[in-house]
Amino acid sequence: MPCTGRVDIIHILRAFEKGADGVSVVGCLEGECRFNSGNLRARERVRQAQKILEAVGTGGKRVRMFNLSSSEGPRFAGYMTEMTEQIREMGPNPMKLAGKAERREAAL
Amino acid sequence: MIVAEKKPMEEIISSLKNYQKILVAGCNECVTVCEAGGKKEVEILASALRIAYQNQGIKPRIDEVTLERQCDHQYLEEIRNMVDQYEVILSLACGAGVQFMAEKYHTTPVMPGVNTKFIGVTEERGVWSERCQACGHCILAETGGICPIARCSKRMLNGPCGGSSQGKCEINKELPCGWQLIIDRLKSLNQLDRYETIIPIKDWSTERSGGPRKVIREDVKL
Repeated sequence: MPCTGRVDIIHILRAFEKGADGVSVVGCLEGECRFNSGNLRARERVRQAQKILEAVGTGGKRVRMFNLSSSEGPRFAGYMTEMTEQIREMGPNPMKLAGKAERREAAL
Repeated sequence: MIVAEKKPMEEIISSLKNYQKILVAGCNECVTVCEAGGKKEVEILASALRIAYQNQGIKPRIDEVTLERQCDHQYLEEIRNMVDQYEVILSLACGAGVQFMAEKYHTTPVMPGVNTKFIGVTEERGVWSERCQACGHCILAETGGICPIARCSKRMLNGPCGGSSQGKCEINKELPCGWQLIIDRLKSLNQLDRYETIIPIKDWSTERSGGPRKVIREDVKL
């Protein structure tokens, strides 16, 4: 995507519908959006997606927004490590666990 | 336009708990403009519901459709051949649309996905406010184009009341006094003398208190 301003709630939800365990939205630093407010819009949409994911039982913390500039490779790696650890702690997408349980029941 | 607000996700999930074949139906008119029940909201809600069901190990059938309007027979007819495939329709239209859908498809339950709030305007993106209470007898010509029924908390016809302070209403310091707005407007129109004219007692029988209303136009009937 050319800008996180293009990220919509539906893109985030579809990732979870397809089984993603977590979603990181990585945008430019706040105040430095080339399109003025793209990353601020993304921030609000991520918040909305968090609320929805909390309400449906997936967990709002599975989606997070990070802001950094394109030259901050180590910082990006740090954020992704942090996110991965957080998702590991939370476990897989509950949908996958529920699907597995269903398949086990069907096999019995 | 009619302004509506999305119902909380928890309430929607709870209202659908006995159903697994769901048609989420949006409306392309007012609820699209106020971002509560258009195509985009249908997509998001349907996706969220699929996730909610699958988190419980249930594989539901949740389909999406957005009609041009849900308050017109001709557009509601577009889904006639599909309706039987679903146990419930979740309508994101305003209260009128939900009811018209229910009247048309009597054997299929129709659930509302939004709370219908008022007739209003888009002040800015994400901010909508009330402008009309559909009282059935418009007096805007007498009040400088600002409605005392919709904008004054007491619906006063000859205001302001003693609760108006520094241009704000006593019920909320953020709320402009409807009558202050009218006076300011008459001033800008250089018609402040009209403020002296007493508005007579209103005939409220044209308002909702006169019972459910109907408009019949013989000249446009087919």
